Amino acid sequence: MGMILKAIWSQLVTLYRVLLHTFTPTDTVSYPEEMPYLAPRYRGRIVLTRDPGGEERCVACNLCAVACPVDCIALQKTEDEHGRWYADFFRINFSRCVMCGLCEEACPTYAIQLTPDFEMCEYDRQNMVYEKEHLLISGQGKYPGYSFYHVAGKAIKDKDKGESLNEATPIDVRSLLP
Amino acid sequence: MPNIIVDGQTIEAKDGANLLEVLLNEGINVPYFCWHPAMGSIGACRQCAVVGYANEDDTRGRIMMSCMTPVSEGARFSVNADNAESFRESVVENLMLNHPHDCPVCEEGGECHLQDMTVMVGHRDRQYEGLKTTYRNQYLGPFIGHEMNRCITCYRCVRYYKDYAGGDDLSAFGSRDRVFFGRAESGVLENEFAGNLIEVCPTGVFTDKTFSKHYTRKWDLQTAPTVCQSCSLGCNTYTSERYGEVRRVHNRYNHEVNGYFLCDRGRFGAGHVNSANRIPQAGIRNSDGRYDPVDLETALSAVSDLMSSSDGLIGIGSPRASLEANEALIQLVGEENYCNGMTDNECEMHQVILDVLASDLITPAMAEVEDYDAIIIVGEDITNHAPRLALSIRQSIRQRAGELAESSGIALWHDAAVRELAQAEKSPLTLLTPMADRLDDVATHSIRLAPNEIINKTIEITNAVNDATPSSAREIAQTLIEAKKPLIVSGTSLNSPNILKATTNLAIAVAQHNPETGIFLCAHESNSVGASLLGSDRSGEALLATKPNTAIVLENDIYSRFAEGALESIDHLVVLTPLDDSTASQADVVLPAGSFAEAEGTFINSEGRSQRSMVVFKPKGDIAPSYQLLTRLAGHAKQASTLRSELAARHEALQPITSIAPNEQFRIAGSKVARMTHRSSGRTAMSADISVREKRQPEDQESALAFTMEGNQQQAPAALRTYSWSPGWNSNQSIHKFQDEVGGPDRSAVDKRPLFEQTRRLTPYDISVESEFDPGQIVILQQHIFGSDPSSNEAEEIASLIPQPYVRMNSTTASSLALTHRGGAKCRDIEMMVLVDDDVAEGCLIYPSIPATTALAGVASTDFTAIEGWIAPSEAVKASLITTDGAR
Ligand code: SF4
Ligand code: SF4
Ligand code: SF4
Ligand code: SF4
Ligand code: FES
Repeated sequence: MGMILKAIWSQLVTLYRVLLHTFTPTDTVSYPEEMPYLAPRYRGRIVLTRDPGGEERCVACNLCAVACPVDCIALQKTEDEHGRWYADFFRINFSRCVMCGLCEEACPTYAIQLTPDFEMCEYDRQNMVYEKEHLLISGQGKYPGYSFYHVAGKAIKDKDKGESLNEATPIDVRSLLP
Repeated sequence: MPNIIVDGQTIEAKDGANLLEVLLNEGINVPYFCWHPAMGSIGACRQCAVVGYANEDDTRGRIMMSCMTPVSEGARFSVNADNAESFRESVVENLMLNHPHDCPVCEEGGECHLQDMTVMVGHRDRQYEGLKTTYRNQYLGPFIGHEMNRCITCYRCVRYYKDYAGGDDLSAFGSRDRVFFGRAESGVLENEFAGNLIEVCPTGVFTDKTFSKHYTRKWDLQTAPTVCQSCSLGCNTYTSERYGEVRRVHNRYNHEVNGYFLCDRGRFGAGHVNSANRIPQAGIRNSDGRYDPVDLETALSAVSDLMSSSDGLIGIGSPRASLEANEALIQLVGEENYCNGMTDNECEMHQVILDVLASDLITPAMAEVEDYDAIIIVGEDITNHAPRLALSIRQSIRQRAGELAESSGIALWHDAAVRELAQAEKSPLTLLTPMADRLDDVATHSIRLAPNEIINKTIEITNAVNDATPSSAREIAQTLIEAKKPLIVSGTSLNSPNILKATTNLAIAVAQHNPETGIFLCAHESNSVGASLLGSDRSGEALLATKPNTAIVLENDIYSRFAEGALESIDHLVVLTPLDDSTASQADVVLPAGSFAEAEGTFINSEGRSQRSMVVFKPKGDIAPSYQLLTRLAGHAKQASTLRSELAARHEALQPITSIAPNEQFRIAGSKVARMTHRSSGRTAMSADISVREKRQPEDQESALAFTMEGNQQQAPAALRTYSWSPGWNSNQSIHKFQDEVGGPDRSAVDKRPLFEQTRRLTPYDISVESEFDPGQIVILQQHIFGSDPSSNEAEEIASLIPQPYVRMNSTTASSLALTHRGGAKCRDIEMMVLVDDDVAEGCLIYPSIPATTALAGVASTDFTAIEGWIAPSEAVKASLITTDGAR
């Protein structure tokens, strides 16, 4: 008997709680007329950014590709005549991407970044395959100011040995001074 | 075997080993840099520190370098002691003070020993705030990149290059914290084994330039265990692919063959697989003489038509093709219509090699050559013709150093001490060659003789073995008789069966006095010994003499191998070849054969060792392994393993080839062995540009390997292992995880040499003393490591080092022919530079065996005429001087 009363009481409380929700403001917005606010760190469509000098940041190190749990990034390294590494092709298959952001975390150059754009519907799945020219933006994205090649020791065009962060001028091997 | 105590645990140590080896053998991870299993210890890097205790009561102990510490009964050590750990961490921190922030753009990244050791010791943050030292790099040639900033001054490179490989153009320069490893000036590294620097250097200072051009991280490579096809030694390699292209060749450790090292021809020569000269598709010659590309079915039925309408059909096999492919050809045309594709002369030479391999003479493995303490090389240009063997011979001359060290009680791994002790003392090495040799610098006697004089001299030495009358020949004979282990080496590079026979006679004679006598004869091509076993009784000439009108040619450039006249009767030619060559351009039907990276095969090397080379990647389009094309022609496609068992059933001697590696049914706990690493990336994007719908991974019906990352890797036996990796050991230093003893055989290696019974007593060959030679009538082809192997020549970087045509002779010969040093000479419309070099035997004219000189086959020395007022093109001067030396 006590159990039945308890169950009825529980049902009534539930009904009351649900009723109460009628008076709370709605969370749902009427998308697409009304756009929700997404924080810059929101994980949506991936872009490739450029360094402060306007050059491609990606050095084709392959770390994003290996970090990707669904293996949807494929790229190939090449280099320019001054020895700067960059991606020959860089492809993301967004029909596979789970927007986990692990590539962004793995990237040592801040090249690959997730953006708050999630609107990627296509009628044809093939259109979900993005090549470098689709991924590359002209700005620096979330991390302005960073230039990997000005930290790394490799010489590139307009940045000689010894001109990176914390580097001394190249030594003269022939010097025998103590 | 002394017992030692490490962190309270008793370990049985190997006699005479150093502590580092003992710990690694036990599976204990101790970081190291400067020690190398093939090069011993010098204690330079201080990375392998452990704590050693004086006795049981000693609780403090002191830091010592494990690589420099001999083990003795009851000795106590600790690897885990706090001070040892913090010492090792501080060593890495110090090494990292100047290290650039380069890993993402460093070719070593992902298989870098420095990364591994840094992780192992737990170093993370650089505390030093001063500036980093920087260096400028050098151009070191087409093979090797240089990025000096990454150096940790472990000295492995110079120890390898100078001490081990005998190079003299790489050194440590400068002083204090400015030590620089490179050449005195930018330029091509001259040593033929320079490529090993890539693997020896524990950092990214020396990296593979040919790989960097289409760089892929180690974890993304699809790899299979392969056997090098560029000479007769059959070094073991890993060949790796990505996106349908061969990307690089790496050393695959085989204790008995190549150990830790390859030559540069093998390492950098696989570019031919990607060459623009590949035959991508079948072709049929149409009525106006041009090729129509056709699909494979059409081509195969065209071949069937030719075969059924033929009036005399033969199959010409190849010493460059696998046993399986040759067997498929035999099955197609019948044994009586098959030849192994060698010339009379080649057959005769290789028959001697077969005789020796089957005889009771000791025929050492390449690695065992290092243990011989007196060597004579008879008329063979080892460094250019069987390159890796030269590296073993270079180590053998250190037997003397070993003796001295033993008598002074110094362990052999004490590398610097042993070298200091030995100074210039070396074991006897005698060279009988017609020209300067790359081994001259380590030879005790270099004797320059024309080929026929080499035979005479060898006969003289042979006679002197049993005749104590003092003479120069007796002296040489004596060094052989008195040595602990004498070795007699010769080969096919001078194209003389009599040289091989005379050498064998010498070995037989010496063996009667010294039962330890060994003999090593270098065959000519990757499967010369195998092809000889299949039919050395009939040469190509003999079969062609039956005047057949249709020939099926298997991977053999018969139009450069045989004299034009021999091929006259052939009206219909079917050619299976991976590369477009002079034979393909004569063919009626060309079938696109898979290269070594696309076809499984068994090859028998100069030592008589049969080795399996596996498929690296699924070939594009219609390209297929030759054995598949041939068996399809015969009715239905057969698997390689079927062909092997059928071959073995017919040839008792070849029985072992079926068991040297597991066949396609092999599984480890139900799964195949993966060709890709478990972290291989990009599978769902790789081909998404073509179609977003992912293709199934291709299946491999032919072998126990799989074209995926799914499958077993770590437990694969050596013959199927697709890459060397162990947790925490991403670089090739992980090899020791697969050995019971560092530097010892692979735990799971099965490919012992099984083929020959080695019981037959050989009777000396009957050869007469060759007649006096005509001065100026001896024309010799000089082998070139870069230039004399048709397939590696197709690799762009190797092609850039092929010498320009030249002709070399000594001054007497030059003046008799009115030729002058650095002047021009002409022969059959080929212009070349004259090099007068008194280190050439009297009367010999030497020209290089390179593609540009194939037309010179069979010339006489009087055919070379001077060109007046010739001006050498500058690249000719440079190229011939770089690659024709000793006379550098
Ligand atoms: S991790 Fe960054 S730098 Fe490296 S390949 Fe990916 S995007 Fe490029
Ligand atoms: S040598 Fe190793 S640690 Fe140094 S930059 Fe290259 S990958 Fe990184
Ligand atoms: S270049 Fe490489 S092998 Fe040579 S000292 Fe530096 S790190 Fe060691
Ligand atoms: S020595 Fe011969 S088999 Fe070995 S790597 Fe060189 S070419 Fe290849
Ligand atoms: S490995 Fe022992 S000091 Fe370098």
